[in-house]
Amino acid sequence: MAKLQILADAAKYDVSCSSGQSKRANKDKGLGDSKGYGICHAFTEDGRCVSLLKILLTNHCVFDCAYCVSRKSNDVKRAAFTVEEVVDLTINFYRRNYIEGLFLSSGIFDSPDYTMERLVRIAKKLRLEQRFNGYIHLKAIPGASEELIKEAGLYADRLSVNVEMPTEQSLKLLAPDKNHQDVIRPMTYLKTEIAGHHQERKQNPKAPLFAPAGQSTQMVIGATKETDLDILGMTHQFYSQLNLKRVYYSGYVPISQDNRLPAVGTPVPIIRENRLYQADWLLRYYGFAFNELVGSEQPNLALDIDPKLGWALQHLDLFPVDINTADLELIKRIPGVGFQSAQKIVEARRFRKLQPEHLKQMGIAYNRAQYFMAFTTAFSLRKEYTPFALKQLILARQKSKYARTFSTQLSLF
Amino acid sequence: MTTILYDGTYEGWLTAVFEAYTNKLTDVLFTRQEASTAKLFEATLTVVMDETKAERVLAGLQKRLSAQGIMSLYKTYLSDIEEPERVMWQFIRHVFGNGHNVEEDYGHPAVWAVRQAARRVKREAHRMQAFVRFKLTQDQLYYAIIEPECDVLPLISAHFESRYADQRWLIYDARRKYGIYYDLETVSTVGVDFQPRGRFTSGLMAEISDEREEFYQELWRCYFKSVTIDARKNLRLQLQHMPKRYWKHLTEQIRKE
Ligand code: SF4
Repeated sequence: MAKLQILADAAKYDVSCSSGQSKRANKDKGLGDSKGYGICHAFTEDGRCVSLLKILLTNHCVFDCAYCVSRKSNDVKRAAFTVEEVVDLTINFYRRNYIEGLFLSSGIFDSPDYTMERLVRIAKKLRLEQRFNGYIHLKAIPGASEELIKEAGLYADRLSVNVEMPTEQSLKLLAPDKNHQDVIRPMTYLKTEIAGHHQERKQNPKAPLFAPAGQSTQMVIGATKETDLDILGMTHQFYSQLNLKRVYYSGYVPISQDNRLPAVGTPVPIIRENRLYQADWLLRYYGFAFNELVGSEQPNLALDIDPKLGWALQHLDLFPVDINTADLELIKRIPGVGFQSAQKIVEARRFRKLQPEHLKQMGIAYNRAQYFMAFTTAFSLRKEYTPFALKQLILARQKSKYARTFSTQLSLF
Repeated sequence: MTTILYDGTYEGWLTAVFEAYTNKLTDVLFTRQEASTAKLFEATLTVVMDETKAERVLAGLQKRLSAQGIMSLYKTYLSDIEEPERVMWQFIRHVFGNGHNVEEDYGHPAVWAVRQAARRVKREAHRMQAFVRFKLTQDQLYYAIIEPECDVLPLISAHFESRYADQRWLIYDARRKYGIYYDLETVSTVGVDFQPRGRFTSGLMAEISDEREEFYQELWRCYFKSVTIDARKNLRLQLQHMPKRYWKHLTEQIRKE
């Protein structure tokens, strides 16, 4: 029990916990399945969801990364699970419907290969001996051999290598034992392997799965000086060049007294983190390019308004958009209209000319969206506003809503 | 206005719709049999469920709606909105009154109301997939008690059947007093009053539970506590995702005396 406390506690800062994007059917009455969408089984007092048993195999570590609780020089209690213990916990939690699966990470115990080999053994035991079809996410330990990483991909749904710091410079500063190459190399390797297996399965559906949920990574935000431009630029590379499925942003929680880092007690940059997730969402689902959201003149996202509204205010010349005739892509860009709502609008307008009351009934954030849309009838309201005045107006009307914008998950879904 | 009395099942309601159309009734009020019959001073039609008639209505719907549209209607029936039959009836009238598929005509009040009700049910079904907490008994049955606002068991049954194919389980809806039971072969509906209030004392629980059950519950509570980041505490957000009304049956929220 004490072990679980230590090793769950140490793993909690890692945010890549979602269990989606993997389908694994239950075969021959084994245990469990993965449906391709995540189920959050519980929500902690910080409002984040618990969908996986997220633990470290051990918090012993030979490295000394300044932002990490498990670093060698930190004076904390150390513990380690055995392979059997992790398997037993996973199965028993899963059978009680507490979790969707396992997310297993680890400090570097002895050597990267030694650690990685144990992670792989756990996944293998779960799949082969327990006939477990739930979700498994393994951390690929930087520096582990390609053979082990390849084997991990055969049993895990997702693999992740954390880049931790958005630039090489700050990584060098805070994690002297690491460099970006150690992270990028396994990512590149995984990209090729995943694509290769994917191709093979197209031709032969019986070919083995290989990390079907792809790979993800995490960046720590606010521990060092990077701008949102640096961060989103990196993100763009991960999505476009390395085919990552998700990039996670983790607002730095000050945990160590170290003069390279924000002091203990510095608030977690939750709003900034939230804005980054919103921007990330715009990149993945709304067809925005990262440099539409941040640029060298404004390298940081605004904190007081969300990035989509920020973009719209700078492009008032494109508005108002006629919702009865405009392209889906443009409707998606209207502040207050989500991508699902945009689809609904395009479906519903086939039946009748849409008027404001229809949109209100359809649950669209009309208060905000009205300034950016037109309804075939003449509608000239927005001409009277400058971007600044419009922003003030929207902010004033939405005060209460903004005060609530705290979490990473809150306003995204 | 005609009151149509039916047996409260979905098929019964479809039969009632058939009768309403056959008798050319438009202004109708559907009442489930067990409900009050106070409005008897008005014309009342009692409908007996008839599979052939129900299927004819369904076939008519299939011609005009997608599978999803039909499912939405069924979900509305399972929902806890006020007078679901009224909304369902308006929806059906709109569907049969048009030559083409109107399920995306969201500007129409009934189409939107059905969509909303269906979403409500879907959301709660999704939540119940998440919030079911099985406990293991000595005879290796995993059982869970839930009290959802909507009648979601019919919607979540397949999910649990495919997920827990190698364990016997029972999920019991304490509000509607019926459950679904999987015996390693098939899922069936069970109507027993599984948990008369007050009888399930902790002593009895300890007696019927598997010897390791308490241990795993304790481990889960311990895990749940350890993963909270105090610096990010946000109770309001927690409640938004996991409303208090569900806590009674959530292992991690049950405080040990
Ligand atoms: S290698 Fe990983 S576990 Fe070890 S100190 Fe660095 S971040 Fe922490």
